[in-house]
Amino acid sequence: MSPIHKIEPRDHAHEHGSELSETELRVRALETVLTQKGYVDPAALDRLIETYETKVGPRNGARVVARAWSNPEYLEWLRQDPTAAIAVMGFAGRQSEHMLALENTPQVHNMVVCTLCSCYPWAVLGLPPVWYKSAPYRSRAVVDARGVLREFGLKLPEETEIRVWDSTAEVRYLVVPMRPAGTEGWSEEKLAALVTRDSMIGTGLPKSPAEVS
Amino acid sequence: MNGAHDMGGVHGFGPVEPEPNEPVFHAPWERRAFAITVAMGATGEWNIDMSRFARENRSPADYLAKSYYELWLAGLEALLAERRLVSAEELAARRALGEPRPVKQILAAHDVDRVLSRGTVAAREPNAPARFKAGDRVRARNMHPSGHTRLPRYVRGRVGTVERVRGCHVFPDSNAAGTGEQPQWLYAVQFASRELWGASGDPKLKVSVDAWEPYLEPA
Repeated sequence: MSPIHKIEPRDHAHEHGSELSETELRVRALETVLTQKGYVDPAALDRLIETYETKVGPRNGARVVARAWSNPEYLEWLRQDPTAAIAVMGFAGRQSEHMLALENTPQVHNMVVCTLCSCYPWAVLGLPPVWYKSAPYRSRAVVDARGVLREFGLKLPEETEIRVWDSTAEVRYLVVPMRPAGTEGWSEEKLAALVTRDSMIGTGLPKSPAEVS
Repeated sequence: MNGAHDMGGVHGFGPVEPEPNEPVFHAPWERRAFAITVAMGATGEWNIDMSRFARENRSPADYLAKSYYELWLAGLEALLAERRLVSAEELAARRALGEPRPVKQILAAHDVDRVLSRGTVAAREPNAPARFKAGDRVRARNMHPSGHTRLPRYVRGRVGTVERVRGCHVFPDSNAAGTGEQPQWLYAVQFASRELWGASGDPKLKVSVDAWEPYLEPA
């Protein structure tokens, strides 16, 4: 099994068509016992998985960013009461109860990490990617942010200040990247297509208009 | 606890490896481990701070050898065993043995959307004024509790500036220990990279943590 400092384990047993792994057996045994005892409802488990695989994801956050880019009143609301401004778009609740929007500027680039575990705004961005939960990111984001960004192909000007936010409490962060040039007059929907997940964590930039047209 | 989970500044883990077109889960068992953990969390038999501590409370070698959802699974098994909800014998037999102890609530399929969209709010009404305000210089205490805490080691003993008062929030150190929510004022505290990492720190890097009042003293 791959440890936490590498990418998540593939399902080796399945790939080779052989017997189930020890971990698979443990999970299966646990689910069976919990179901027999009436502690979990299997239909609820299916619903939870379906929610995070198909309903909740970074497209939610992209819509928030696109609205902030195109609507000054919304941006001001997002600054004053971010949790409510995000909730009004239908994105609220578990692991997004206390939101804060971090606006990038030409002078300041924001980047989010959870060095202690994997805190991440689920309702706005979905479940975190493996790299976000991994030891390399958690160990280095707070000391070598510029080096980490280079591994994402992002080279910021030397003079740009980097602010790293370590999610140590129940406050969850959404980076609002700078709106790309050449998007004047674009609809919210068209703008949202530019907003990548990584640009809302701070390890990437939005796509350029040329990349989506 | 000073465990392997507290990773800020640790060397040797290598480069970050982003995965193109990453799936939400990487194996069928990860889906089920995720779902049973969230569903059991909804029973109210423990809180989020207890579940975080159950994942991190192990030897560094064990923590680092486990994948992310293996840690979730190990944490869940520990919580279930401690509360006598599922025994080791039952896991070995792969079936329930004996009568279940009633739990506070069971997450039904038709309640999933409502429960997720409600979440668990950590903010509480304050019962005392905040000790610090934005702009204050504060030192993160040099503390090393053996239980759960959310003050990372890399800021302990270091001086930063209160950026913002976040409100009064449930205190994880007591909440994880089962001694109550004991709400405390929460602050965003910003540290200069060179205060944290010395002369080799990036002069254009600042790092913020959210720190509860008991983690801080005036500087």
